[in-house]
Amino acid sequence: MEFDHSRPIYEQIVEEFKKKLIRKDLEPGGKIPSQRELAQEIKVNPNTVQRAYREMENEGMTQTLRGKGTFIIEDGSMIRCFKKEMAEKALSGFLQEIEALGYDKEEIPSLIQAYIRAQENREEDRGTE
Amino acid sequence: MIQFKNVTKKYGKTRALDDITVDIGKGKITGLLGPNGSGKTTMIKLVANLNKPSSGEVLIDRGPISQEVKKRIAYLPEIDHFYSWMKIKDAKNFVKTFYEDWDDNMYEELLGFLELDENMAIKKISKGQRAKSKLLLAFSRKADIILLDEPLSGIDIFTREKIIETMIKDYRKGQQSIVITTHEIKEIEHVIDDAVFLKQGKIVLQGQVERLREEKNLSLVDLMKEVYGNGKEL
Repeated sequence: MEFDHSRPIYEQIVEEFKKKLIRKDLEPGGKIPSQRELAQEIKVNPNTVQRAYREMENEGMTQTLRGKGTFIIEDGSMIRCFKKEMAEKALSGFLQEIEALGYDKEEIPSLIQAYIRAQENREEDRGTE
Repeated sequence: MIQFKNVTKKYGKTRALDDITVDIGKGKITGLLGPNGSGKTTMIKLVANLNKPSSGEVLIDRGPISQEVKKRIAYLPEIDHFYSWMKIKDAKNFVKTFYEDWDDNMYEELLGFLELDENMAIKKISKGQRAKSKLLLAFSRKADIILLDEPLSGIDIFTREKIIETMIKDYRKGQQSIVITTHEIKEIEHVIDDAVFLKQGKIVLQGQVERLREEKNLSLVDLMKEVYGNGKEL
């Protein structure tokens, strides 16, 4: 796992689990590694991993069963929320960058549409070759 | 748990440490960071009780560093401190006789993990292997306090990673306190809880690493550049 060291690592660990759920690499009810295993695997301070697990538990995303381990909760409805949350995070970063280039908020939707259209055309061209 | 109270350490006219006050937390991995000559090793040696402050005091659990307290400390010096005629196992037996908290199981496990053979002669092994041997002997004890002085310097990237993995592997959360000095900040970004930045014997910045990231939106490497100007002196 690659980290952006300018942001708290524990947040990025939580995000990684959310992304795994969104991508279905992890299913509701599924077991996640123990804190020790994860710390070793991603080479992160065990205290930081502990904080990430505490955060997930507080968010109601996981539950720890004594002697059995930590599990993602069965309720899959939260995944939609995570998807939206992650999309908003991506958008916020994107908006910051694009505004820094001097674009107005109003111009942005058309900018995106034009880009998508150009991408699609390129793919079609490739398809006819 | 390790407190420096207005500690000054002078060597002749040079102030290696200049009125340092800091509390190193229990159960944390703390990085003492800074360029060469900033006072990192001097701090570690004071905690290991190999040196006395010129003024001020260094306390562990609010008391002086007695012989009893010293038994709880594992210290990995920057220099190679084992006789070169020794094999790894001779060095082991040497350490083992001094410390009651020696753990043979841990030693055996780490020996394998670090890819070392106890019949290796210290004078014949590479620098990386020597660094790993020192680590092996420090981490084969159940010490509450582990002091690592520049365990990463001058060592290849793979060995550095192995050393960091060893630190994390059997880390006893909440109980064990590790203090590490290094200028290889990038390597330990995601390993330390707390950072103490030193410059010419003074503390220029300290704090919880995750909180520093949150507040400043900077990595430790970038923070260090900010703290020390353009970073050229590193």
